[in-house]
Amino acid sequence: MCGIVGIYLKSKKFEKDLGKMLSGMLINMESRGPDSAGFAIYKKEKKEEVKYSICINNLSFEKFKKGITGKIKFTKILKNSDHVILSSKEKPKKVLDILNEFKGVSLVGYGKSIEIFKQVGNPKDVVKKFNLENFSGTHGIGHTRMATESAITTDGSHPYSTGSDECLVHNGSLSNHNNLRRDLTKKGINFKSENDTEVAAGYISNHLSSKKNLKETLMSGLGDLDGFYTFITGTRKGFAIVRDEIACKPAVVAETKDYVAIASEFQAMAHLPSVNMAKIFEPEPGIVYSWGK
Amino acid sequence: MKLDLRKLKLRKVNETLQSIDPKRNNKSYTILNPEGNHAICAGLTDDIDVTVKGHVGYYCGGMNQNANITVEGNVGTGVAENMMSGKIHVKGNASQSAGATAHGGFLVIDGDASSRCGISMKGIDIVVKGSVGHMSAFMAQSGNLVICGDAGEALGDSLYETDIYIKGRVKSLGADCIEKKMDNKHLKKLDKLLKKAKLDKLKSKDFKRYGSARKLYNFKIDNVSNY
Repeated sequence: MCGIVGIYLKSKKFEKDLGKMLSGMLINMESRGPDSAGFAIYKKEKKEEVKYSICINNLSFEKFKKGITGKIKFTKILKNSDHVILSSKEKPKKVLDILNEFKGVSLVGYGKSIEIFKQVGNPKDVVKKFNLENFSGTHGIGHTRMATESAITTDGSHPYSTGSDECLVHNGSLSNHNNLRRDLTKKGINFKSENDTEVAAGYISNHLSSKKNLKETLMSGLGDLDGFYTFITGTRKGFAIVRDEIACKPAVVAETKDYVAIASEFQAMAHLPSVNMAKIFEPEPGIVYSWGK
Repeated sequence: MKLDLRKLKLRKVNETLQSIDPKRNNKSYTILNPEGNHAICAGLTDDIDVTVKGHVGYYCGGMNQNANITVEGNVGTGVAENMMSGKIHVKGNASQSAGATAHGGFLVIDGDASSRCGISMKGIDIVVKGSVGHMSAFMAQSGNLVICGDAGEALGDSLYETDIYIKGRVKSLGADCIEKKMDNKHLKKLDKLLKKAKLDKLKSKDFKRYGSARKLYNFKIDNVSNY
């Protein structure tokens, strides 16, 4: 099953409330996915800094901080429960290599504006654990998972991020992910899990890196990704939604002058400001809808 | 009588509507703050009027018998699924599988209905004032589906006795679905349905009729001996 949600703010009016809006949406989607939850928030960026979202699991923050001190020059290091947001001006490749080799931690995403938090457990608890309500930002994407294709672990949770400032959440299942994973691995994309969605995220990263825009990427995905899906995918400047041609997996969009909200079910967004006045529609199958750039 | 879903649990609201005391003679109900809840007004059996003020989730008015339900908003998947009788009027759009497997009654959708509208319908009359999505009237067995807008891909795939009337464009027809002649009796039937949906201004002669070519396996008498 799984529940997916997303908000893109068209005006600055609700930037401070973004976390509150998204946390309500995630909690309301518990019935679709009680196994794990996660979210990506896009915040205003600092020019030369790249932020790395890291899950340190059972490792203590002090041990992690000590472990990377001297190896990575960082400008800021913030702890949020079992996740750490590390800001650095160093070249991403160097930082990523060091983090990927650091035992016991996993990098969940990186980019100039994205921060990702995901963990096993009930959406209500996950949202509380990371204090999502206090987050501000320009857009955000979230997921509540009912596990089918891989184990209930942090690595098996969404959102998936395989490129800078990119993330993907997925409701459905892919049937050709093993073949695609092999192809993409040859092209240099690393996968951390056996999860089908991670392959779709890798596919998107691969296409975006070859200078295709998000809309073009998702259009070609309609031909290459076989299975059932509603995807919400985020980039630094916007987000998009696409449903496969069969469209078994639900989605509803509500658009007002201030925001665009996407969710698996309307009940996820019933609490949003003036949602009853919004233009509400169901995205048509096989069509990419995008907002922002 | 007003039933507020912010104050009452869904189960309590449905229980109230499912156990009407005929002696009290209260036949009119309003549901406030539906907030996308599922199964609102499912399993009603009495001749009552219910107005839902807002958007609802899945299976609204499912299995309905006799009740007259109006939704002042959009409905999720499977509105009026398995309805037996009565009427459901959706003032907004409907998600997929509207009127699925319904045996009777009348479903009117003022906006659009998405994919699989009237899937496996078994006697219900459905009038959609807007358009319908792909695979509508899939395996439809009986009843009428009236579409005032357009239809998506594979309309009427593998259908049996249902009549489909459509004013707009059909993207493609499903297996065994063909255009059929509009006789006087069909024009009369369609006029009646349009009137019932308060669409008197539309002319039945502007519609086309589609039905089964009756060429699939089940229609071939030779196959009877297999059983």
